[in-house]
Amino acid sequence: MGQKEHKHHHGHDHTEPPKDPALRVKALESLLVEKGLVDPAAIDEIVEIYETKVGPRNGAKVIAKAWTDAEFKDWLLDDATAAIASLGYTGRQGEHMKIVENTDDIHNVVVCTLCSCYPWTVLGLPPVWYKSAPYRARVVSDPKSVLAEFGTELPAGKKIKVWDSTSEMRFLVMPQRPEGTDGWTEEQLEELVSRNSMIGVEEALNPGEV
Amino acid sequence: MNGPHDLGGMHGLGPINPEAEKEEPLFHAEWEKRALGLTLTTGFLGQWNIDISRHARERQHPIDYLSNSYYENWMAGVEKLLVETGLATQEEIETGKMQQPVPQDIQDKRVGPDQVAAILDKGGPCDFPTDQSQTFQIGDRVRVKMMNPTGHTRAPRYVRGHVGEIVEYFGSFIYPDENSKGNKVADHLYNVKFDGKDIWGPDGDVEIHVDLWRPYLEKM
Repeated sequence: MGQKEHKHHHGHDHTEPPKDPALRVKALESLLVEKGLVDPAAIDEIVEIYETKVGPRNGAKVIAKAWTDAEFKDWLLDDATAAIASLGYTGRQGEHMKIVENTDDIHNVVVCTLCSCYPWTVLGLPPVWYKSAPYRARVVSDPKSVLAEFGTELPAGKKIKVWDSTSEMRFLVMPQRPEGTDGWTEEQLEELVSRNSMIGVEEALNPGEV
Repeated sequence: MNGPHDLGGMHGLGPINPEAEKEEPLFHAEWEKRALGLTLTTGFLGQWNIDISRHARERQHPIDYLSNSYYENWMAGVEKLLVETGLATQEEIETGKMQQPVPQDIQDKRVGPDQVAAILDKGGPCDFPTDQSQTFQIGDRVRVKMMNPTGHTRAPRYVRGHVGEIVEYFGSFIYPDENSKGNKVADHLYNVKFDGKDIWGPDGDVEIHVDLWRPYLEKM
């Protein structure tokens, strides 16, 4: 068999060991720096922002405020983009927001079956599993089995709504406020709002789980 | 395109095996930080938009797309875009060494660390007016057109040909199928509700909501 027949049509041979991604990325960065297209300090700054400033604690503040402030909750459900911006959370991958509220009858789950769309302004960067093929494939067709992998079992009869993020709208789940939290402050409640509860694969933590 | 990225309903991919939230690091290797940063900083050069970028990742061979980690897919997309826009050659990417410089006006768009926070804070809203008529109203029953476009689209395969109900109108938003070709046009965007049983059969015990643009839909 000639060299050509060994190759796939897309130009490389899958029997070759894949290039180490660390080396590949390093080569690309050094090329782009040499070309004057990328400043490595800008990359450091991006990483710093998502490691320390923009993450799921932002979303937890939004949800805890909605749990304690009925007026804010109404605003959030009516115009999530504006209500969230009022707390200072704006920008990339959060330009257009919608809140979906869990109730006694409805449980919401968010996915992006086509790529990895995710509300960065309130949740930060998505976890590996959210971007993974099995999650994206299965949560729309068999959400119960997906929730079970997260240890989440819903009461019988509760309807599951799955929100597939196919546009630039970004969805954030408002979990139900846990029992036994009457009189808790917003700051205390924030601790119960896990990232996974705002994606919808888990419920909010109970007071004993913090 | 009917690519490997369009995953809704695919079988055989195995368990998700999620890491516990409290134990999961934000990055799993140092190179992932650089991959994130390179994706964003090259995007800031303004030579492509988000749909062109998504389409670059989707156009990988399905074997590559499905065997790569997500940041590897991002890198594959950036490399493809750099070559297609003429900012780098394949050989330069393989070697990491510059052979020819890029025009100064593109270098001038390089973003420095002091500009990053403002750019991320500002984001890029994608709603703007269209001349198209709104066509559909909340409560309308609509069918997703049976179609198999070879270019970029945000109508997932699993809803094509199926009937749903318009439950929300979001306004007019940049239309990905055209934006991915560099044409900045907007069209009306709706949230459409589907009964999982219509899509998956009797076991489809789920209500699915998908955002769909006017050109994807036809009234029942």
